[in-house]
Amino acid sequence: MAKANLMDYEKALELFEVVIGLEVHVELNTNTKMFCGCRNDFGDEPNTNVCPICLGLPGSLPAVNGKAIESSISIGLALGCQIAPTGRFSRKNYFYPDLAKNFQTSQYDEPIAFEGSIEVEVPSGNKYTVLIERAHMEEDAGKLTHIGGATGRIQGAEYSLVDYNRAGVPLVEIVTKPVYGSGAEAPELAAAYVRLIREIVKALGVSDARMERGNVRCDANVSLRPHGQEKLGTRTETKNVNSLRSIERAVRYEIQRQAQILANGGTITQETRHWHEDKGATSSGRPKSDADDYRYFPEPDLVPVQPSHEMIERLRAALPENPADRRKRLASEWGFAELEFRDVVNAGLMDLIEETVAQGAKPQSARKWYAGELSRIANAEEKDVSELNITPAQVAELANLVESGKINDRIAREVLSAVLEGAGSPEQIVKDRGLEVVSDDGALIAAIDEALKSQPDVLEKIREGKVQAAGAVIGAVMQAMKGQADAARVRELVLERAASL
Amino acid sequence: MSEITPELVRHLASLSRIDLDEAEVARFTEQLAVIVDSVAKISQAIDGNTPATSHPIPLANVFRPDVVEPSLSQEQALSGAPDSGQGRFRVAAILDEE
Repeated sequence: MAKANLMDYEKALELFEVVIGLEVHVELNTNTKMFCGCRNDFGDEPNTNVCPICLGLPGSLPAVNGKAIESSISIGLALGCQIAPTGRFSRKNYFYPDLAKNFQTSQYDEPIAFEGSIEVEVPSGNKYTVLIERAHMEEDAGKLTHIGGATGRIQGAEYSLVDYNRAGVPLVEIVTKPVYGSGAEAPELAAAYVRLIREIVKALGVSDARMERGNVRCDANVSLRPHGQEKLGTRTETKNVNSLRSIERAVRYEIQRQAQILANGGTITQETRHWHEDKGATSSGRPKSDADDYRYFPEPDLVPVQPSHEMIERLRAALPENPADRRKRLASEWGFAELEFRDVVNAGLMDLIEETVAQGAKPQSARKWYAGELSRIANAEEKDVSELNITPAQVAELANLVESGKINDRIAREVLSAVLEGAGSPEQIVKDRGLEVVSDDGALIAAIDEALKSQPDVLEKIREGKVQAAGAVIGAVMQAMKGQADAARVRELVLERAASL
Repeated sequence: MSEITPELVRHLASLSRIDLDEAEVARFTEQLAVIVDSVAKISQAIDGNTPATSHPIPLANVFRPDVVEPSLSQEQALSGAPDSGQGRFRVAAILDEE
């Protein structure tokens, strides 16, 4: 995996047009699996949510989860898709121990939803229309753990252990048509698209949408062709890229890698590739199988799905506000500058700020906490802000303590650390530790007078009108107050006292 | 009429993980061609507007409520496995598919 064989990104874009295509798998959060009544849950003991159906034991018969059908239709509708009046399941045949049946029950020629489109905004503010080819239902596969390889990867493994708890969990696979014309923004567009899909399925309530748990997974197809050429170039498919940042990096890497090969007169192999987060590179996987090799055929054990008009319209009526409208509404409600709002969206902070505002915080101070201190802490701990040990209600409380002048910014950061350590609510912590600012002018004046008297040269300068000299006195007073004073008020009083002493 | 070639039969055999010798490849090439041609006759009996039928009885929308039912225990699940470890099925590492 020689990392050096990458063309400069700008040069690659000068020479080639980038075409991407994205396949996103969304795990539904139904109570049970797609075709059996086993629990659909993450993190249980291995092979405890399994039964003869999801283990593919002879004689077992699948039965379709009605809720999964509804969730799939809702996703289709939210993506502007048409819903197929009749759809069926197919068997996709392959031999790999992640499914015990030797086939995956999927949909092939009759997906439940098709021909949709969504508008995706990238960080620059540019908007792209992404056409959806189809959204189809299938089942997830079991989890393999490779033993004996140095890194837990398949390379060098001696054997593998299989947990079928995830086998049969309902998935919806959303496939885009080729996306043209995003140019240098193709990597950002890929990430923004997946972010939007996450927002949509979360708003629908049909998936937990946690990428770190694999609830949302993305396969990114990338191909290049010389500008002006009609025929699409050979594509590669980078599998299971599991964070938004990785998607962006993987697409960018493939553009640079393919450009270098093509510019040197080489050809691209149609294959799946693996993204290695640690190395920041993709490596070759297996050659991409032809769809024919899966020998799809209609699943004889399941009858067709024919959603009624009433059912579709009921689900359509229940759709939440679409993400673009929601963004527009929140942007105007919150009154952020355009750039501020875009940063909030790109940092994935919109939900948190919305909840925090609902808990009584001013939008602007909620934004400052999440985009500032909380993002910094999350970053340092390599977590998502939403994973920090603080609720929107607590952030609102903290923001309001500062707004009302009860504590200053420095103390607020101290309170924040205490909340994150689990010491309780901000108000409780301020009360328990006596952190409220000294708002008693008497105590402040006493400290100021003392500081001024001990620094007569400073006092002299202030009297001569050199107000910046007051800094030294303010510092001393803040120290005497253990930081628990409103610096602006101290400054006011220092100037007042300097004049009257 | 049929396009069943020895190469295709070998490919199918490898997809199906069946080890065929050359005599078998020749025999199955001939037999598969006959089967495919026979099935192809159906297309003479229908026009392009006939919807595909996968089931003999007109049944649709058979759904199960999203309610948890008892699963097997881990012991039961693994009881038929040739090999297991750490509560999981143990299989040979397959290198070429991942």
